[in-house]
Amino acid sequence: MSRPGTAALDTQVAMRRARDLIDKRFAQRIDIADMAKAAGYSHHYFIRAFTAVYGETPGRYLTRRRVERAQELLRVANLTVTEVCYLVGFNSLGSFSSRFREVAGMTPSQFQRRAHLTGPPPIPGCFIMMSMGPGAAPRTAPDRSSAISEKPPSSDDT
Amino acid sequence: MITRLSVASVYVTDYDEAIEFFTEKLGFAVRSNLTLENGQRWVTVYPTASPEFQLSMTVPGAPLHDEETATAIRSLLAKGALSAGAWSTPDCKATFKEYSARGVEFLQEPQERPYGVEAVFRDPFGNWYSLNETNDKAFDAEAMKEAFGGN
Repeated sequence: MSRPGTAALDTQVAMRRARDLIDKRFAQRIDIADMAKAAGYSHHYFIRAFTAVYGETPGRYLTRRRVERAQELLRVANLTVTEVCYLVGFNSLGSFSSRFREVAGMTPSQFQRRAHLTGPPPIPGCFIMMSMGPGAAPRTAPDRSSAISEKPPSSDDT
Repeated sequence: MITRLSVASVYVTDYDEAIEFFTEKLGFAVRSNLTLENGQRWVTVYPTASPEFQLSMTVPGAPLHDEETATAIRSLLAKGALSAGAWSTPDCKATFKEYSARGVEFLQEPQERPYGVEAVFRDPFGNWYSLNETNDKAFDAEAMKEAFGGN
């Protein structure tokens, strides 16, 4: 069945597949090549298409997913910041802390202390997960070069 | 006064595929599969353990939607932004195994939550759903307050 916009829809579905792969595999090694393969796109076009559909690069989405899952663990699980760091797919505490601070506006330790004072939000976890936690994704500027020039993930990101 | 939810709605891309997914993969049954004079479809399925509830399935487009509206809905569906909510199961891990074996796509494997065990899956059209096994504390406000109450 063909209708105007079918190509755009196919792209959106392909990008959803890639994003679902990130959601499933964020805790393991996952790189842009894995994501592009899930979408059936070349590396270069994948980053562009993903950014066009979701308003942020796939690398940024992966980081935000890892930080969001880290927040969930810091809230509800009796784990140290270091344990959480490795559980959500980061390879170094330094990179975990700095990415976490970029996204959450405070260090993982600060976040954990505050969460333990107030307790986790009484919201079903799936709704927190599917809404990506507090705050929506900032739209990445629709500047093509920013999407294309994104460096492949460093070893800390994979 | 309202006593319960009897119909919820979800957008799909194809009626036959939707019926096939809900019956063959999830084990639901078909309640209605009608076409009205104006071409409007009324297609509902229900979990066999809960025949008092129906999930209504709608393909975006005429006669219900103008093309601009339909396009917007299709796009939200394709991007994975829509959901009809959470399903209940007596055994989340067993249902997860059963559905995974039939090819249902899970975004989150069963995880312990204060209110029970929870997984998240998608239908082939892009909707996400939670799969919940609630424990005896889930509907106990005091117990939930305690579970979510911090240290």
